[in-house]
Amino acid sequence: MPRTPQMIEKGLTLVDAINEALSQEMERDARVICLGEDVGLNGGVFRVTEGLQRRFGPDRCIDTPLSESGIMGTSIGLAMAGMRPIPEIQFEGFLGPAHDQLVNHAARFRNRTRGAITIPLTVRVPWGGGIHAPEFHSDSPEAIYTHSPGMKVVCPSTPSDAKGLLLAAIRDPDPVIFFEPKRVYRSFRERVPEEDYTIPIGKAKLLTEGTDLTVVTWGASVFQCLETLDSLPDDQSVELIDLRTINPFDADAVAASVEKTGRCVVVQEAPKTCSMASELSATIQERCFLHLLAPVQRVCGFDTIMPYAKLELEYLPDPKRIAEAIGHTLAY
Amino acid sequence: MPVRTAFAAQIEHLQILDEHGKLDERLAQGTLTDEQVVFAYERMIDYRKLDEIAFTLQRSGRMYTYPQNKGQEAAALGSGLAMRKGVDFLVPCYRENAALFLHGLPPECIFLHWMGDERGNAIPSGVNVTPIAIPIGTQMLHAVGLAWAYKLRKEDRCVITYFGDGATSEGDFHEAMNFATTFNVPCVFFCQNNQWAISVPREQQTASETVAQKAIAYGARGIQVDGNDLFAVYKATTEARDRARAGGGITLIEAITYRLGDHTTADDARRYRDTAEVESWAAKDPMIRTRKYLESKGLWDEQKQAAAEEHGKAFAQDIVRKSEGIAKPEVREMFDHLYAEIPDELRRQRDTLRTHSLGLYPEQSGLAVSGRRGS
Repeated sequence: MPRTPQMIEKGLTLVDAINEALSQEMERDARVICLGEDVGLNGGVFRVTEGLQRRFGPDRCIDTPLSESGIMGTSIGLAMAGMRPIPEIQFEGFLGPAHDQLVNHAARFRNRTRGAITIPLTVRVPWGGGIHAPEFHSDSPEAIYTHSPGMKVVCPSTPSDAKGLLLAAIRDPDPVIFFEPKRVYRSFRERVPEEDYTIPIGKAKLLTEGTDLTVVTWGASVFQCLETLDSLPDDQSVELIDLRTINPFDADAVAASVEKTGRCVVVQEAPKTCSMASELSATIQERCFLHLLAPVQRVCGFDTIMPYAKLELEYLPDPKRIAEAIGHTLAY
Repeated sequence: MPVRTAFAAQIEHLQILDEHGKLDERLAQGTLTDEQVVFAYERMIDYRKLDEIAFTLQRSGRMYTYPQNKGQEAAALGSGLAMRKGVDFLVPCYRENAALFLHGLPPECIFLHWMGDERGNAIPSGVNVTPIAIPIGTQMLHAVGLAWAYKLRKEDRCVITYFGDGATSEGDFHEAMNFATTFNVPCVFFCQNNQWAISVPREQQTASETVAQKAIAYGARGIQVDGNDLFAVYKATTEARDRARAGGGITLIEAITYRLGDHTTADDARRYRDTAEVESWAAKDPMIRTRKYLESKGLWDEQKQAAAEEHGKAFAQDIVRKSEGIAKPEVREMFDHLYAEIPDELRRQRDTLRTHSLGLYPEQSGLAVSGRRGS
């Protein structure tokens, strides 16, 4: 779809960039279809699929019954038959009913059939907190799907990364779960190449270079970290890594950075225990043991149920908590 | 204001060949030819032998678990015959082996699966079946997705999915029926109601009088057939297939049959089933009535029976040889098929067969430099 004057002048939001990637890929590849609850005429509750049904018709951008296991299970059959389905689960809190189909079927078919049946699908999921949404609309379950072998887990933070990573995900021969940080959906605009491009899944991005400490994060927390870095004293030189993909994650990039800085803080919205931050901490101590000058610190959501809107900002890592963790780690 | 009927429906029960081998000639018209019935009966003998030998393999420790198909052969063969080999697609549970074999799945695949070998699920190219499905009811949605793709691509193909009476209690049954009817995809739902979901009888599974009537809620057609009657199963499935292909809608076929064996070799049905009930169903065994019918038509005799049994024995032994003659999988196979391209961490685990980091990264751990820790 042609870009609007606003998009040309000011750049694309995350919503615009994902929409453009979907549109371009549907144009390029007739096997690609979008399906989910309210994705058609309504364009999705976040308008990410806006205009796709109008442009490609109701057989390519399909409103389904309200049925997450149904969406995921039929997407598996569609993929098996050679289509490239892009199911949307409306919010990450509704992944529960689809979990069995995703983890026990989509993720296992290649392995259990020794490659005879493969499931190239990309599940799009609005993800994370910070937008004052109702209950079950603000969780961060990325580690759950990383702990389930057979899937890839992608967590972009910016419009341009989202476009390139989504195109890579759709073309990936394996199931990919693509978490879209709701808090970033419309929070800013940036220049995004109009042409078709991909960003490799599994590669982190170095956002700022530094010498004293490495911060590793992904998704909406990237912006909490950037804000933190802006406020740090000049003598604190921090390297910031946006992991971008959770499974497989770029352990080499993290290890290389921590070997240089000797200190690391991991920041995530998800609860602390048994999380991606835990995995990173373990990996860093395994790979960088003799380089470490301080224990790896995790700044996370608490090990509680994600609170309702009134307390969500107290739950989510913010610049104050991140700065404090950086300070403690540097002082260790 | 008068009360009106908003909707009314009824469920038909179809039987063509009764348990005594008597055929309703009128209903049987245009169904199976004599050759097809002879062929089907010979396959019943082959596959029953195979089923029995699988049971003995398990008992002697040569197979880990096995769910016997015994008694449900007519349901599998009648429906399998109704679907077009190489064109239509079968999405099974695990008690319709005969249908899968009919559509080209090498029987040793099923044996390998139950011997604990994923290679049994490596469906050969051109064989239109999915591997047997172990969790209950999940496969129906895959069938609907496949059928949906055929519809979107305007291919004249149809999918049949198999499941048991227990599976109709799963949410995925509801979601699959609902998707199938809402999008009117070319899919046939085939329920093998064998009366038992492990130890839970059909009556405790649902308060519905029939499984077939569940179709009505989704705007589908429901029909109950005698599942041990090859003719009825074939006729109902053929009609359902043609109806689905023509865009005429979904049919839920409830095939009334009986699990003559245990749930699996890990189960002992004597704990929860009456012997009298099992015996009454044993008399309705599809093999008995099919043979009686063929004999009454002069198409079968003792001599043919003896020859067919010899064939069945040799067939089953051949499958045992094939499935036991294959070397244990390489350890790396558990890693090699997880993703199209193996991720770095997984490659390290595969190449070292270790997960501890000092084994994975010897160059970083100091182990590569001998004596470091001691020096």
